[in-house]
Amino acid sequence: MTDHGAVPEFDDAEHPAEPTPDADAPSPEPEAGDEDRDPEPDTGTDEATERASTGADAVVAALSTAGVETVFGVQGGAIMPVYDALYDADDVSHVTMAHEQGAAHAADAYGAVTGDPGVCMATSGPGATNLVTGIADADMDSEPVVALTGQVPSDLVGNDAFQETDTVGVTTPITKSNTFASSADEVGDDVSTAFALANDGRQGPTLVDLPKDVTTTETTVDPSEPVVPDTVSVQERADDDAVEGAADAVAGADRPVILAGGGVVKGGATDELRAFAREHEIPVATTMPGIGAFPEDHDLALEMAGMHGTGYANMATTMTDCLLAVGTRFDDRLTGGVDSFAPDATVVHVDIDPAEISKNVEADHPLVGDASTVLDQLAAAMDASPDTDEWVGQCADWKTEYPMDYAVPAADSDEGDGAPDASAFPDDEPVKPQFVVEAVDAATDDDTVVTTGVGQHQMWACQYWTYTEPRTWVSSHGLGAMGYGLPSAIGARVAADDDQSVVCFDGDGSFLMTCQELVVAARENLDVTVFVLNNEAIGMVKQWQDAFFDGRRMASEYPWVPEFDALAEAFGADGFRIESYDDVPDTVEAALATDGPAVVDVYIDPTEEVYPMVPSGGDNGQFALSEGHL
Amino acid sequence: MSGRYDQQGLPGPAPEERQRPRGRRNAQGIRIDPEAEAEHPPRRTVISALVEHEPGVLARVSGLFSRRQFNIESLTVADTQNDDWARITVVVEEPDPGIDQVEKQLAKVVPVIHVRELEADALARELVVVKVDADRPEEVHAITEMYGGKTLDAGPRTVTVELTGDEQKIDDAIDAFRQFGIREIARTGQTALARGETKTAVVPDHLK
Repeated sequence: MTDHGAVPEFDDAEHPAEPTPDADAPSPEPEAGDEDRDPEPDTGTDEATERASTGADAVVAALSTAGVETVFGVQGGAIMPVYDALYDADDVSHVTMAHEQGAAHAADAYGAVTGDPGVCMATSGPGATNLVTGIADADMDSEPVVALTGQVPSDLVGNDAFQETDTVGVTTPITKSNTFASSADEVGDDVSTAFALANDGRQGPTLVDLPKDVTTTETTVDPSEPVVPDTVSVQERADDDAVEGAADAVAGADRPVILAGGGVVKGGATDELRAFAREHEIPVATTMPGIGAFPEDHDLALEMAGMHGTGYANMATTMTDCLLAVGTRFDDRLTGGVDSFAPDATVVHVDIDPAEISKNVEADHPLVGDASTVLDQLAAAMDASPDTDEWVGQCADWKTEYPMDYAVPAADSDEGDGAPDASAFPDDEPVKPQFVVEAVDAATDDDTVVTTGVGQHQMWACQYWTYTEPRTWVSSHGLGAMGYGLPSAIGARVAADDDQSVVCFDGDGSFLMTCQELVVAARENLDVTVFVLNNEAIGMVKQWQDAFFDGRRMASEYPWVPEFDALAEAFGADGFRIESYDDVPDTVEAALATDGPAVVDVYIDPTEEVYPMVPSGGDNGQFALSEGHL
Repeated sequence: MSGRYDQQGLPGPAPEERQRPRGRRNAQGIRIDPEAEAEHPPRRTVISALVEHEPGVLARVSGLFSRRQFNIESLTVADTQNDDWARITVVVEEPDPGIDQVEKQLAKVVPVIHVRELEADALARELVVVKVDADRPEEVHAITEMYGGKTLDAGPRTVTVELTGDEQKIDDAIDAFRQFGIREIARTGQTALARGETKTAVVPDHLK
């Protein structure tokens, strides 16, 4: 997929190939399906020119066995043998990223969109440490990722050798499992096991550290199919008695709420959850990773709850007497202070990870198991539906009382087809970011994948886009890693169907952290459209400074940001700019129509803030609608 | 649109105008009677884990304890009857929800075969080596005998003894030795097995 000539020049300078004789490998051009340049026949008749099979070949064979189609990575000294083996791999393509953080985020997003592990690859030392942010992100969000890192030869490990880092040590707290590959005969199985573990039960990142002697040593051992180690077992079905108790609690509730977490999406339980909610007329709130689990245009949808959740989701989750929480770890951004989180609720908690049960919020009815299996069990155990007419009416009233409005009443700006009308807005006023989110939503199909960076733009993308399908919302939820947007859009683009659009909302601060990945999107001609909601600040910090630090805006204003449209063009992408409401419809249309990467620099109202808001550790029911409420 | 255009934030009733729930949860996320304060007090207990004997297991386990801020008193690890296994014994002091988390988080570590909290009647023992001044060697010997210990080294200036026992006995013995002037102490931390027929760890059949 990649052309070696386009590998960024700084890469060689920052990660020079290790000056050892065994690094004297052919120029790494991991081109899939380019048979013209492959001098070696598939069935070797000439033994002299046939390269013997090595640990690196076993690694690549393990990738093939696991069904990997694409690897995101960056070359470097200690990983060169694996890249050399990829040179001959017809079924595994490689996307050369500009920076290893980009590779990890791209792999993470690939995992989020497909549900299968995304793969990232980097060399030892700085290559591996640059992956760390992306691995930590995948760990927090339970995304399946397999990271392969080069390592110095085993006999140099522990000597503080050139580009040596204790990668296993560094990544132990942020992986489900990691391994130092100790022999060429076992390295293929190490990689296979890493795939199995990344995918098994609660998904997450795994890592295999590959010393250069292991990948260059000859071996004839083929990797086996991915299987988890014997010590690992995952409970798929919840205890039947516990299910009966939970069903009684739900059926007997007056004010039930379903809280759909990321586990609903990852567990493929969207259909079961939607059916359950509709059958029993139970309103559904989601966590941020749970966005897409339930269609936000449905009457029962309360949308996202928590710090920047909707007023109605926070009222309902606060006043509920029975919370059916599925696949959520009750993160503090969701719960606010636990003392005031759903304090009247009997909690039914469905999760595949028993350690999440009663970790943050006590589960009255713990149901350990796979989300779809347990929801089927629960559906079968429901003898009656709760009487929710009054409660659903109350939730509807809250929707009316706390509309997700901005600046102008929705009725004035909506022509009835869902598309906001730019002409209803004064042209001398700066563009509201929410309007842009709604305009892009209206201009794209329901299956469009949205990725974001982290900050205000991310919250507006949560709040003002109407998500209806699972795996269309890709973001850095738990880690909150600014810079996630563009590389994740690249990963999502590679993962998504050809007829699916991929849109990235980014902020100027977030975009500046990883904008070099534009070179990848341009080189690979990846059709992604980035909307930089540019307020010349890291706006969320600025908003907090205004609210909690007496407006002392230390290091949060970025009056020196480049012209992002010009920057995009310098990278070989198409650049656009929106400066007023009049620009919005045509520019959005033109940018989306671009066949390849496009960046739209959107000059948004720099005074716009994100509300509702629950301050850290606050009471969700007391969400602020404006700064005066904080 | 004009009325709201310059206004920040969103419309709707202010926080003080809203319905409020009656209940409350404590810091551990447990629903409590708003009238009563119900925090779980920490208690000391022994957690035993049987693990695959492979490099890095101890680092993983100890890293887990520090990362999750579990309060541990001691941690021991050593071989078992099976060369492929090691037993980790941890004394923790946590409220009940914390002890529950220790067990569950340990169980998630890939090389961990089985983990559980041991019963109060488990056989828990610790070894201590105490080095004291040798000014009153007979008295040191008498105390050592009293606690069933053994003298390892008796020199002109120091006497070093070893003692084994449960935590309470070791604490008491150390107190008794203080009168001689303690120079150094090394304690192993507790190791333990369940009593009698009760299994310390249940090994799944496919791993036996």
